[in-house]
Amino acid sequence: MPDTQALVNDFLNKLKKRKIEGSQATARQTAELLRSVISQQRVPYTNQAGALIDAVKAIGEQLIAANPVELAVGNIVRRVLHIIREEDLSLTTAAIGGLNLSAVSDDENDDDRDGDSTLSAAAVAAAARSTLRPPSLQTLLEDTPVSAAVPQTSSSGGDSEGKTADKSSRSRKLKHDVIEAVNELIQDIVTCHEQIAEQAVEHIHQNEVILTLGSSRTVLEFLFAAKEKKRSFRVFVAEGAPRYQGHLLAKELVARGLQTTLITDSAVFAMISRVNMVIVGAHAVMANGGVIAPVGMNLVALAAQKHAVPFVVLAGSHKLCPLYPHNPEVLLNELRSPSELLDFGEFSDCMDFGSGSGSPLLHVVNPAFDYVPPKLVSLFITDAGGHNPSYMYRLIADYYSADDLVVQRRATAGN
Amino acid sequence: MGAQKKRAAAAAAAARVSEDPDDLARQPLQAILLADSFTTKFRPITLERPKVLLPLVNVPMINYTLAWLEAAGVAEVFVFCCAHSKQVIDYLENSEWFSQPNFTVKTIESHNIISAGDALRLIYEQNVIHGDFVLISGDTVSNMSLTQALQEHKERKKKDNNAVMTMIIKKSKPSPITRQSRLGTDELFMAIDPNTKQLLYYEDKADHSKGTICLDKMLLAENPSISLHNDKQDCYIDICSPEVLSLFTDNFDYQHLRRHFVKGLLLDDIMGYKIFTHEIHSSYAARIDNYRSYDIVSKDIIQRWTYPYVPDVKFCGNRATKLERRGICFTAFNSEIEQSRSAQVGSFTVIGYGTKIGSNSKISDSVIGEGCTIGSNVLIEGSYIWDNVIIEDGCELRHVIVCDGVIMKAGAVLKPGVVLSFKVVIGERFVVPAYSKVSLLQQPTVHDSDEELEYADNSSGTVEFSSIQGTADQSNGEMTSESSEAHKPKLGTGGVGYIWSICEGGQEEEWRHSVAPIPEDKLTELSEAMDDDQELVTQDRTALSTSGELISDSNASEGDDNEDSKDDSVYFEKEVEATFLRAVEENVKVDHVILEVNSLRLSYNMTSADCAGAVFYSMMKLAIKTPHSSASELQQNTANIITTWQKLLKSYLLEIDEEIEIILKFEEMCLESAKEFSPLFARILHILYDKDILQEDAILRWADEKEGADESDKVFVRQSEKFIQWLREASEEED
Repeated sequence: MPDTQALVNDFLNKLKKRKIEGSQATARQTAELLRSVISQQRVPYTNQAGALIDAVKAIGEQLIAANPVELAVGNIVRRVLHIIREEDLSLTTAAIGGLNLSAVSDDENDDDRDGDSTLSAAAVAAAARSTLRPPSLQTLLEDTPVSAAVPQTSSSGGDSEGKTADKSSRSRKLKHDVIEAVNELIQDIVTCHEQIAEQAVEHIHQNEVILTLGSSRTVLEFLFAAKEKKRSFRVFVAEGAPRYQGHLLAKELVARGLQTTLITDSAVFAMISRVNMVIVGAHAVMANGGVIAPVGMNLVALAAQKHAVPFVVLAGSHKLCPLYPHNPEVLLNELRSPSELLDFGEFSDCMDFGSGSGSPLLHVVNPAFDYVPPKLVSLFITDAGGHNPSYMYRLIADYYSADDLVVQRRATAGN
Repeated sequence: MGAQKKRAAAAAAAARVSEDPDDLARQPLQAILLADSFTTKFRPITLERPKVLLPLVNVPMINYTLAWLEAAGVAEVFVFCCAHSKQVIDYLENSEWFSQPNFTVKTIESHNIISAGDALRLIYEQNVIHGDFVLISGDTVSNMSLTQALQEHKERKKKDNNAVMTMIIKKSKPSPITRQSRLGTDELFMAIDPNTKQLLYYEDKADHSKGTICLDKMLLAENPSISLHNDKQDCYIDICSPEVLSLFTDNFDYQHLRRHFVKGLLLDDIMGYKIFTHEIHSSYAARIDNYRSYDIVSKDIIQRWTYPYVPDVKFCGNRATKLERRGICFTAFNSEIEQSRSAQVGSFTVIGYGTKIGSNSKISDSVIGEGCTIGSNVLIEGSYIWDNVIIEDGCELRHVIVCDGVIMKAGAVLKPGVVLSFKVVIGERFVVPAYSKVSLLQQPTVHDSDEELEYADNSSGTVEFSSIQGTADQSNGEMTSESSEAHKPKLGTGGVGYIWSICEGGQEEEWRHSVAPIPEDKLTELSEAMDDDQELVTQDRTALSTSGELISDSNASEGDDNEDSKDDSVYFEKEVEATFLRAVEENVKVDHVILEVNSLRLSYNMTSADCAGAVFYSMMKLAIKTPHSSASELQQNTANIITTWQKLLKSYLLEIDEEIEIILKFEEMCLESAKEFSPLFARILHILYDKDILQEDAILRWADEKEGADESDKVFVRQSEKFIQWLREASEEED
């Protein structure tokens, strides 16, 4: 599959050279790439899911290594792996169910699945569902199980074709289902802003003062949605040095007729007592509920805590990372060019290493991200609703399989 | 961001032959990369490896250039290889650059090319360049976005067909002491039209000894405003129209891109070709021209000015490195290094894959390559150590470059500025003197400091090298053993290699371009030399001032006046003193002296108060110079001189202001130049009063003025308090 390889290389290149900005764009492109990888992948007769998982893992490993700081890539790779596992499982249960109904043998089919045939089909289905997919709180609460919806469609498909026990169609079926599910995932990523924004009215009340830092598309849409529902409120925007994206946000807010106040980052503490709620975007949300966010966010979170102002983080589900942060200030950080901070030409004489001891006396450090520990976060609003930081592990269990936390091929694969 | 995305989209569209008419008109951007600098500044290293393959923070330089070209949306690059072309081509073939989508790299090889001009003529003959192209040499590091510069270039070209080139410049202040930029190149003077950004003047070899630069009068006459800069750095990135190549062909004597081509175009007013500049602000661009710029650019890369081309970003198949926090700064580490617990690795250090560091070694501000072995108690500071180097226990390296395969025996010391070429062995406890260059190859004997012969010299160097290389390869073992015997004393016991003698003329200048920082004593020496030339420099300050805009003549001359008046008063005082002394010696009549001083006053445009001050100063100077043994004798001398010359002094004391000026002058003298007078202040004041030189009004006014002054200023008022008191009473009595 030369064209997939070219696509992968192209994307790898972009990731390596930091040409893609923003986790949403990265997530979407990763999902699209993996979709084409899956559709190009030839599946063997046996163990199709395994083949797909291996293929996705192989590419996922490269993608993650290309830009380890952009966690969205890893998240999407894991999501896709989870989808494959889910689809495989539901297909198996459906097939077994189908076999049960028709009471036709075709035992090899079950032999492929490691030792499933020895158990009663119904028991397998039940066991598989209970072990591999713990019922999510979400599904229990909403009473419209996502998991139930998928097998239904697949089993209905299985009724028409599967009864003939056509193996080739089954192999195509898995791929087809997986691609369908990945499409849904892409759709989710694309529409995550709207889904989060829908909840805006529940959180923003009349005459409130909202503070935000830097610029986040999610926050922008969230505020717009509240504005459209005729809520009147004011927004304080901290400019978000050194990239000053807050300026752009202020511009857009004003264009939509929102009362906006622009402040410097250092004025946050002075202004926080007048603020009713802090609403910010995030770069990634870790498994412990900690947040990787643009630099300066920890300061805002601490100020909010000091004045007991709710600190609300908006994050699409693609930003949910199943990993726990270890030394996030360094390892999950990106040091950008110092030119964002100061003008090279003006300071060129401070960096003349030709005189003095020869070692630079002026160090300019420009980290891109901050880590906000979970205890400072009051609420997460994702496309699946609002959650406490302590609830994150549940969401992660919904979205990811425990087997995929480490995306690495087995020992057979070299580098 | 928007621009970046647009550019990426445009590049992709161009490659796929988009149907969009706008994109069809835009040809894929081409670039010429000169993989040879046509100079000898990196010798002896470049005798064995081409400059573009030298590792810069563990990545061969050419990768930075190619990665940037690719990111900037260039679709096709022609790499021109000359010296060591085989090595360059081999390297590129094994690299990933040949397999990139939307980015083609083609090599052009030639061996008998001795200058950039020749290279461009050859490329013109091959007829491969179809549209605008980027001209860059393979030792340039940049992260700028070409979009804007390219667009400006195209728009100008549309309006004016003669706008053939856009030069990228960046602000960077030169050091006022060494007269060189931070990259170690000479201070560069450019005259740029501030409105159109047209380059009008380019001089990188200004004569600093005179401290002047010459601008053509026509330049000022023809342009309504020009701004003269010495704080711009030439990035050696040019966006050229295809005409540039034909220009090189037409003018077959153009060799050097700047010295001949740019200056040639600027002087040539028949064809009217124009060069424009584009200044970059937030992005980075620099060319590695000499060892100093190698050092500086390495540090810039480690400090991340070149982001995303930094050690922990994999931009060209380099191995993964991680950043680790050391204190407040960051150090790039490879995941697989062996480091002793007691070894100290400081900030801003990059350590390559598979390197071992022994106990108690200290490393700071350095770059260490792959597979090096560093013993214990080694000190490495500000140094560049390439791959597979073995440094035994107790060595000291400060600000040096150590190439691949070097072995340093225990206790060897490298002084600042040393360059060790490939596979040199330094003997035990041997101290390599500062700025020396050591190589396995002997120094080529032909060496001429003449600039023009540099190219010819270079070509002979490459030919010569190939022969040497041949023998070296065949009989590497023999040769090393041979040379170690023959040159045992030179590099200590077991040392292998030749210390190159520093070529004549270059001796003094060696510190300018080396990796080591400029030594303190050189700096003080230079700044002292500068102080001697202070007068010259102050006079020229208007001409040299940073980016001063010379809009109109009157403006400039006004500035001159201010500067001059300060100098003039000093000159004037000296002249008056000389006149006065001569008058004393030769017994010139007082009237004549008055005449002479008056003429001086006219020529320097001074007030009579200045004259009075100067004359009085001269008189007191004379008094103090006359031999005396005690204070009373000095007082007597002063009284004599004042009596003799009172007429001269009185002729300038027209009003009370001048008298006050004299008192102030006297006070100043007592404080500074002639402290002997200070105890006598009141008495001499009295003498002056007695001789009717000073009137009581003047003294009282002076006393009143001093009333509000600082305590330190009041010393002399206190001293003469009685006298003043007496004067006050006297005046009251009169009333």
